[in-house]
Amino acid sequence: MEAAMDLMRRMPPSLSQQALDSLLALLPAHSSELLSRSDQPLQVAYDEEFDKHYLLCDYNRDGDSYRSPWSSKYKPELEDGVQPSPELRKLEQEANEVFAIYRDQYYEGGISSVYVWEPEDGKGFAACVLIKKDGSDGGDGRRGLLQEGAWDAIHVVEVKEDQERQMGHYCLTSTVMLALTTANRASGPFSLSGSITRQMESDISLEPGHLCNMGRLIEEMESKLRNGLDQVYFGKTKEVVFTLREPLGVMSASSHVGQTLQRMIVNDLAHSR
Amino acid sequence: MDERLYDQAAKEAFPEYNVKNMISLEMPDGSGQVLLTEFGQLDRSRYLDPRTASVAVVDHVKQVCTEVRPADDEDLPSAYVEGFRFSVDAALMKYVDDAFQGGECSVYCTKGKDVEKSGGEFELTVVICNSSYSPKNFRGGCWQSVWRVLINEELRTATLQGTISVNAHYFEEGNVQLESSRKFNDTVTLQDGKDAGTTIVHVIEHLESVYLSSLEEQYSNLSDRTFKELRRKLPVTRTLFQWDKALQLSLTREITREFSNKR
Repeated sequence: MEAAMDLMRRMPPSLSQQALDSLLALLPAHSSELLSRSDQPLQVAYDEEFDKHYLLCDYNRDGDSYRSPWSSKYKPELEDGVQPSPELRKLEQEANEVFAIYRDQYYEGGISSVYVWEPEDGKGFAACVLIKKDGSDGGDGRRGLLQEGAWDAIHVVEVKEDQERQMGHYCLTSTVMLALTTANRASGPFSLSGSITRQMESDISLEPGHLCNMGRLIEEMESKLRNGLDQVYFGKTKEVVFTLREPLGVMSASSHVGQTLQRMIVNDLAHSR
Repeated sequence: MDERLYDQAAKEAFPEYNVKNMISLEMPDGSGQVLLTEFGQLDRSRYLDPRTASVAVVDHVKQVCTEVRPADDEDLPSAYVEGFRFSVDAALMKYVDDAFQGGECSVYCTKGKDVEKSGGEFELTVVICNSSYSPKNFRGGCWQSVWRVLINEELRTATLQGTISVNAHYFEEGNVQLESSRKFNDTVTLQDGKDAGTTIVHVIEHLESVYLSSLEEQYSNLSDRTFKELRRKLPVTRTLFQWDKALQLSLTREITREFSNKR
């Protein structure tokens, strides 16, 4: 399993589905662990009743059916599918509405779904917020810059309440997967893809309410991940390329040109004494 | 049973990997490195090194060159073609030394190797490969350029067709990869008194620099423009999302819905 997970961590993100399928074929005995430990882009389903799309994950699944966050009905139909308690369902509905607005403001399109459930130990509750955006020219991309553009965010929050101190303990684990290919035909394909997972824990007053608290945490986390990917991670790939092939004629202390020049100068100085 | 399976799989996978990644192996006679490419492949385990006019025998799985022998005449180009090949190779080595730290290169004659003076066209294939793998720094990457150069001495032209492919990988607590490639076409005049090799490599150097600049531009647009197609840094309002207001909005919507349901 460790070798398999190692492989999954290094595969080009755009081939992760293929890699997973291959590993599942090689290690059928480990299939459930492989599926639960590796992240895959989110799949979409359609709720005819509400004329809305929703996202699929383990948390809205019962057997082979998935529950819509809008109608709370399973597709394919299930007679006794798992349902959240009325209280949690109310929170779930509110969360779906509010996150839809959040999603619109940050993503200018895309699909979001929130699922809420009670964890096995019965204490507090858990929620997952899923956001999927297709930013390609053929999808929701507004500026025509991307031939391919996929963003999948999976946030899982575990919430415990301390009623006495009126404080909530929120533990957030977030994964973002993205893949983009620019559409500039003249300069050839330029593709970046990646995934990162981070965790955040926070103790917040219960006063603003769970939705606000979770929302702010997720917003903060998404910004961190977006900036991290953009500046740190993509920046590192740029560093790798520019180390493989240096821009010529550019003098810097570490470039080949710079170093050669440095040696020449030092030599000259030594000889001119 | 497992051992046999591994050997079988390795025998198939390693040669493909080695050639695709253009690995270079140390030649045991101390004459330098041999680049494993499809252009120099004589058979599954023998590769031509045009620079030393020798054939390297390799063990793909161990990634080692086991033997070096002088190449047969039939595997080498005519003296006429070799003159051009040598000149391009000399200029290329200087360029690669300057621009690609740790990079390797080779020039093969891939068409018309028996052509003599005024005997028509012939094709040289220029290959550059630079890769770096640093697992402890969680990074790796590879640059490959393949330039097909069709030389017509009568018309005094060299027509270049090149493909540059780059990939870079960074995976410290995450996994991010870049894949990029570009094709180029250009024709240059071979002037009297000017070394053909220098002229040709000069074009290659220029075009590869153009590619590098376009990569630079792509990266600089990333944060503020390209990424926006996926997710903005902030909403259009330039402030964080108003969670409390949104809640009110959603409650209002619910009340309205309840109201309209009761009618």
